[in-house]
Amino acid sequence: MKKVQFKSNYSQYFFLAPQLLILLIFLYWPIIQTFKDAFTMQDAFGFGSQFAGFDNFLFIFSDPSYFTAFKFTIIYSFVITLITGSIGLLLAVQANKVMHGKSAYKTLLIWPYAIAPAVVGVMANYFFSERYGLLHHLFNNLWGFNWYENVFDAYIYVIIAGSWKQISANFIFFLAGLQAIQKTVIEASIIDCKSNIRRFWTITFPLLMPTTFFLIIINITYAFFDTFGIIDTTTIGAPGSETKTLVYKAYIDGFKGLDLGSAGAQSIMMMIIVLVITIFQFRYIEGKIHYN
Amino acid sequence: MTKYISSTINHFILSIGLLFMIVPIWIIFASSTHSSLFINTNGLQFFLGDNFIENYSRVLFKQSGFFNEITALKMFFNSFVMATGIATLSVVTSLMAAYGLVYFKVKYATVIFWLIFITLLVPLELRIMPSYIVMSKLNLVNTFAGLILPISASAIATFFFRQFYKSIPDELLEAAKLDGTNSLRFFIDFLIPLSKTMIAAVFIFMFVFGYNQYFWPLIMTTSEQYWTVVMGLKTMYGSISDRFAFVIMSMIPPVIIIIFLQKLFIQGIFQNK
Repeated sequence: MKKVQFKSNYSQYFFLAPQLLILLIFLYWPIIQTFKDAFTMQDAFGFGSQFAGFDNFLFIFSDPSYFTAFKFTIIYSFVITLITGSIGLLLAVQANKVMHGKSAYKTLLIWPYAIAPAVVGVMANYFFSERYGLLHHLFNNLWGFNWYENVFDAYIYVIIAGSWKQISANFIFFLAGLQAIQKTVIEASIIDCKSNIRRFWTITFPLLMPTTFFLIIINITYAFFDTFGIIDTTTIGAPGSETKTLVYKAYIDGFKGLDLGSAGAQSIMMMIIVLVITIFQFRYIEGKIHYN
Repeated sequence: MTKYISSTINHFILSIGLLFMIVPIWIIFASSTHSSLFINTNGLQFFLGDNFIENYSRVLFKQSGFFNEITALKMFFNSFVMATGIATLSVVTSLMAAYGLVYFKVKYATVIFWLIFITLLVPLELRIMPSYIVMSKLNLVNTFAGLILPISASAIATFFFRQFYKSIPDELLEAAKLDGTNSLRFFIDFLIPLSKTMIAAVFIFMFVFGYNQYFWPLIMTTSEQYWTVVMGLKTMYGSISDRFAFVIMSMIPPVIIIIFLQKLFIQGIFQNK
């Protein structure tokens, strides 16, 4: 907050009103509705509903497909974070070193970031289709690829589709992080340590910690929420429910299954997960990371 | 000599990265210039064919959808209206709200602050079904307002602008106050011109974000008249080369924006930090 401010009885509300109004109608109202749904049980024909306490929550915890979705979401976030983070970092380090063509590499590597996940999914769909798919043929020749039946193959499919454009995001942030490291620090470290690789892990990488940590959060958020468009255009959760993310499962149960109680309870569980990640983020940033 | 070798290794790794990013799109593009018959018999193509103009113009103007009620051109129009609406509304409301938070003594300031920023914890994906119910209660299903408003209900931009205002020196307001400037004039004559770059960056970021929406339009548009490009891709009917051409066209607006406004866009995403 500013030390010098306007003192007025009403004009601040004129500035705050539009956003507050939109948030109240289009955000708080649905959220209240979510909580209402989560604690009510509707009968199958939609004629009536009654207060159900934690029944909807008990129901999702006793549902094995909820744990399948939970497990998949965790694996998916972890693998995407690992793959996109390491490839992004590798490319950023190279791009930061080259003398010629730096901006050309930069431009050509960042634009996939602008492509919508659903568009990436539709593209991946062609590469993994039995009829035209180059990757399908390649993997099929290697080990008999069949994502409709084999869980591992379906994982490969959605992981490749999900990682592709996210590499760009990791590249942009790592490159910016590298460029922010002061030249003098690097020059001083060259005198102390001759090995390029050791210098990277002992000097550069620790200085990149804030960027790395930020990207972990970004990648997890991406894998949780933005991959809806990818799942819906590639496997649709197949085989069985093995590649449904938590968001995708809540959508299928709510919209296709018309079970608003379960969908509401699932949404609240995800809000709790987001809250935990956020608290962790603040704690960690305050406690451990040193900005230069 | 070692310098030469290491720089060659750098370029080599970067080139593999480039191929990995560009080849998939090139294959879809090359395939989109062949006839469907050719694709169906020969599979995806690496080299260009000669049906480019034919395929692309057919997709743009042909009626498609389940009821043949929409052309790709109309979907582009819808996407632009939606993206522009989202970007404009977010920028305007967030700019104002951040001003109200930073430059005024507000009663219950803490309450209002939390009321705005706690919403960052609840992305649209988590409230999608109840949002749909609210929209149908308000009769906003199959309208542009329905596509735009819930996505604009976000405090991300407010967060960016608040950070930015806080970095502006207090002396500016002190000087303006000495001149007797009122709060509205200060906002319009001083703050908005100062925030121009920020406004552009946030606008571009929100535009691409709005254009790329898939989940919400999928649920909100039961009438084909309101289909957007990104959601129409999956549902659109058509031959295989029509689909390839449409995939390529759907990427063009956001990709052009990111290539030409790279600096601004990067600034835009960096505000996330």
